[in-house]
Amino acid sequence: MTDPLLSLRGISKSYGQIHANQGIDLDVAPRSIHAILGENGAGKSTLMKLIYGVEQPDDGTAIWEGEPLSLASPAQARRKGIGMVFQHFSLFETLTVVENIRLVVKGRTADLTERIRTLGRDFGLEVDPLAPVHALSVGERQRVEIIRCLMTNPKLLILDEPTSVLPPQSVDKLFDTLRRLRDGGVSILFISHKLEEIRAICDHATILRGGRVTGNVDPRDHDAHDLACMMIGRDMPDPMPALPLSGGEKRLEIIGLDHQPDDPFAVRLSNISLSVRAGEILGIAGISGNGQSELASLISGEAVLPREQRDRIYMMGKDVGTLGAAARRQRGFAFVPEDRLGRGAVPEMSLVLNSLLTAHPLGLLRHGLVDRASARALTNECIRQYDVRTSGPEAEAGALSGGNLQKFIVGREIMLSPKLLFVAQPTWGVDIGAATAIRRRLITLRNEGMAILVISEELEELFELCDAIQVLHHGRLSPPLATRDTRPEEIGRYMMGAHSSPEKAVA
Amino acid sequence: MNAIDFILAGMLGAATPFLLAALGELVAERAGVLNLGVEGLMAFGAVLAFIIVYHGGGHFLGFVAAGLGSAVLSLVFAVVALGFRANQVATGLAIGILGQGLSALFGKTYESLTVKGLPKLAFPWLSEIPVLGSLFIQDIVVWLSLAATLALWGMFAYTKTGLVVRAVGENPKAAHAIGYSVTSVRVFAIAFGGAMAGFAGAYAAVVYTPLWADGMIAGRGWIAIALVVFGTWLTGRIFLGACLFGAVSLMGLAAQATGLDVPSQLLSSLPYLVTIIVLGIISADRRLLKLNGVASLGEPFER
Repeated sequence: MTDPLLSLRGISKSYGQIHANQGIDLDVAPRSIHAILGENGAGKSTLMKLIYGVEQPDDGTAIWEGEPLSLASPAQARRKGIGMVFQHFSLFETLTVVENIRLVVKGRTADLTERIRTLGRDFGLEVDPLAPVHALSVGERQRVEIIRCLMTNPKLLILDEPTSVLPPQSVDKLFDTLRRLRDGGVSILFISHKLEEIRAICDHATILRGGRVTGNVDPRDHDAHDLACMMIGRDMPDPMPALPLSGGEKRLEIIGLDHQPDDPFAVRLSNISLSVRAGEILGIAGISGNGQSELASLISGEAVLPREQRDRIYMMGKDVGTLGAAARRQRGFAFVPEDRLGRGAVPEMSLVLNSLLTAHPLGLLRHGLVDRASARALTNECIRQYDVRTSGPEAEAGALSGGNLQKFIVGREIMLSPKLLFVAQPTWGVDIGAATAIRRRLITLRNEGMAILVISEELEELFELCDAIQVLHHGRLSPPLATRDTRPEEIGRYMMGAHSSPEKAVA
Repeated sequence: MNAIDFILAGMLGAATPFLLAALGELVAERAGVLNLGVEGLMAFGAVLAFIIVYHGGGHFLGFVAAGLGSAVLSLVFAVVALGFRANQVATGLAIGILGQGLSALFGKTYESLTVKGLPKLAFPWLSEIPVLGSLFIQDIVVWLSLAATLALWGMFAYTKTGLVVRAVGENPKAAHAIGYSVTSVRVFAIAFGGAMAGFAGAYAAVVYTPLWADGMIAGRGWIAIALVVFGTWLTGRIFLGACLFGAVSLMGLAAQATGLDVPSQLLSSLPYLVTIIVLGIISADRRLLKLNGVASLGEPFER
């Protein structure tokens, strides 16, 4: 074997009580696409941040091209030839593409503009250099990030979950780009929890579980099931079968909704129509940034329609468009927002108090005062039923891991036994075991007659959960597609806007 | 000399303290730092400049001392607000009070003393235009502050330094991730803002009204901070805003000179009244604020 480009020995990093990385050893060969595979919370992102110098390890050493590497700062990593494309992009929205790149690459604006165009043609990463970043789609932003890294001529390119923001067709295109880069002499660290992707593109995989390395394999020699077992350390639970139900009454109906939010960076929604019946799960697919958060806040009641926009949003047959969130909840609506800290829960408050926020109608008040005993009992019940790993009901919400807090919030909303449940990104950042449990639970509720609306970026999840899927693209919603008659590629075409606005493809 | 002439001739001079201080605050805010100590930094610069000019050190040395002194004082703010990640609003207020206190202390023995101002320099040709000509007869500091306005505008529009400052203010985490030191950029921005506040104070004390009186800054630092928001963080608009305030603050004097029967207290409160009204109007346009605003303003950076 040739000498590795990068080797790590005994890298450890803790955040308080949590050991994110423990004694990690890793060798990355030159000219290879190396997967770092693991569930959410396994320590993948932490490890990459350590390599790139965003954070510093507590212990361990790194060797880069035969010489010690200090892992001190991103500036130093970049001087050595390490580039990173972040999962949540590190672009500046108010600047143009070329200005963003000029922050990193030396040169005059005119020359850089030309180089961006050339690089775009050579690697299939076309983007308008003079466009402001806030006007770009998520896929285009990713290209800007990759171009920005490539212009510094890196020897190692780190990609953190690059496919999570792309429709299936664009994933193939990205993979082409990556193979071309590898053939051009760049090594790539590819972080993912999607097994098929890793089998498709990577020549080596290091598997992380609970902050430790649990395997080093050639992913092409193993099938997805093997890799999943290595990744989660046990067998995957089976999905729950959905019973076919006859159409119940419409619990949520949106008719021809147009909305221009105040925020200039927000997506304008046009002519949105959908309906969710009792005993049905409707999924909204699409790459985030196409109007999901704008639509979600209109449905949840965080954003309220003006008086002249009456008769657009109905819940349980009543026009609720001009009502606030609390009034909608009184009608039997419950909501799990996509950001857990700040909207789903108050990080500085205990789980008991967080239960009270939405579950106070469940007998947690007596004469208008908080009944702590029953609030505590309810919280304990939620922790037990939804397998929330925590020190107890008095733990601060912000101290829970993302996945555990999500289980708690989903549990809290389900315990309200709403008529209509709206979940945005139900399993975002949740480990596979818990995600499967949440999905099974949602299907059980559907079978019992609840109407459920799900917004998700993960197509596989929507196909497992939903009776029908509608795709959101540039603020427009596709017609509903019955899941059992639809292939993922068809959804992918809608995700790129093939039907709704043919002239502007996302990625 | 009628009122229009009077306002035209004096507007830029009256605007200069606002302009210099607001340009400094603009750089600090663009980097994501809210420094509310401008009033005190101006007062501190003013007293330093006055003492030096009074004892014959000359205006140049007076301005240098004011700039350096206020920059050093603003670095105290930097240490507390960036080093210890203290609340920027509280820290800024404290530094402002400290600056005003120091100013009163050093200035105690100079109360009501006067110094000589600076001669006016006429801009060739332009100063001979009828009516508008008096606009082009100004002292050297006014000309330099106009040059500084242009330079800052060019910096934010065209240079990499300007890009880095904007990047740090918009998304400090990302700026750190692509290899810039957020803290150093912010320290420089704060020091620049401090020095500019010092110059502004010096101008007020040894050029505009070359007479020492405690509290002579009289809220101009606060108006400068309001001007930055008022100008939605754009250099050109801040310049226009400063001119407007310069003109408004002269109106009181002009009205008195023409014998208008309005209480002088009402007229001298005009700038503050205009501040409130204009801020209200600007803030009504959320889109404008969001597009040009600084996303991380006032938030400590933690990586």
